[in-house]
This record gives sequence, structure tokens and C-alpha cells, in this order.
Amino acid sequence: MQADPSIAIAKQIEENLKRVYQASLTEPVPDRFVQLLAQLRDKESKS
Amino acid sequence: MTDDPRDGLAAEIPSLRAFAMSLTRNHAAADDLVQDTIVKAWTNFDKFTLGTNLRAWLFTILRNTFFSGRRKVRREVPDPDGIHAASLSVLPQHDAKLAFNEFLVAFNKLTAEHREVLILVGANGYSYEEAAQMIGVATGTAKSRANRARTRLCELMGMAGPTGNPTLADAQSLAVVSQSGLAVV
Repeated sequence: MQADPSIAIAKQIEENLKRVYQASLTEPVPDRFVQLLAQLRDKESKS
Repeated sequence: MTDDPRDGLAAEIPSLRAFAMSLTRNHAAADDLVQDTIVKAWTNFDKFTLGTNLRAWLFTILRNTFFSGRRKVRREVPDPDGIHAASLSVLPQHDAKLAFNEFLVAFNKLTAEHREVLILVGANGYSYEEAAQMIGVATGTAKSRANRARTRLCELMGMAGPTGNPTLADAQSLAVVSQSGLAVV
């Protein structure tokens, strides 16, 4: 029984998409965002 | 110490950056987009229904910000960093590295609308219903957009699309990356 190549292709595309997505996901969070959240909290507690 | 539900925002930053990157294909633009999203989410947090999916809510803010911003400024510069970062991942087979880079080149050439639906459904595992809600279209529209995106991706890589007459060789060349069995660095 032959495998359906179009299903295989769709599956491979999905795996590559996950790789593209994962690449950014595993980067360390830049300081600017930690600071941003701190600033937002800070501004609020003062108002 | 009060229990502020907004404390959950910090944990979503990596996902937001990844989604932003898939839309902008540019690191600087992606992080600016995430910054805008966080500020909007913070100041509009009363609009979020506690107990519902925070990430989906944030993703919706992010993509709306991205697409409305594009209507003002036509500035789409694909970032070679996106490809460079991928080439830094350890792939033992020369073929596997080439295949993934080829995928990235094709991915970069897609429209942002196509990248968006593929990343939401393919990489995030949202259903077509959920993705359609975030994008603001009917479920059927999201489905057909995703199919057109996959077909376009295959065209850009020089192979028949999933609904065309693909050969096993096409499937195998795409499979080289996954056969290496390595996590992306």
C-alpha cells in the first residue's frame, strides 16, 4: 500500500513550521520586556 | 501580596515573540510589536475574561496591531537573522540544513496573512475555529487560506502542492529535516 505523498507533505510542512516557531520560543527574554512590565506596575502604583 | 492576573503576562512573552517573529520576519520589528502588545494588554486588561485563553487573547491583540500598522507603513524587510539563527542550529546532515533553509526562504516569501494562519494552526495547534476567531474571519475562510498557504509554500520550494501531484521524492526532501531528529537550537 503506497503512502499518500500529499498527506506526508502537509505533515512535513507542519513540522517545519513548528521548528520556525520553536526557534524564537527558546531565545532568552530580552531585558526590555522585564523592564517594561516593571515600569507598567510602577506607574500604576503611583497613580 | 495581591494575586494580580496580569502576572501571567511575563510567561507569555516567549510565545508572543515567536508569533511576532513569524509575522514580521524581523527581530527588531517583532520585539517592537510585542512591546506595543504588552502595553495594550496591560491597559486593557479589564476586557480580558478571566479563565479564558490568555495567549489567544494576547495573540489577537498582537496580530491586530501588526496588520493595522501595516496599513499605515509599507515596510516589510525580511530579516536575514531569521535564516542565520536557523543555520546556527546543529544539523549533522548538510542536506537537512539546506532543506530547512530552503523552507525558511520560501516561508519568508509568503504573505504575512499566509504565515499567520500556518503558524497558528500548524505550529501552535489552534483549531481552524480558534484561528479564525483570532484572525477575524469565518472558519471556512481560515481553512481555505491555510490550504492556499501550504500550496504556495510548495510552489515556492519548486514542488507540487499538497493538492497537486506531489511525488514521494517531494515528501522525502521535506522529511530530511525531521529525520535528523534534533531539536532546533
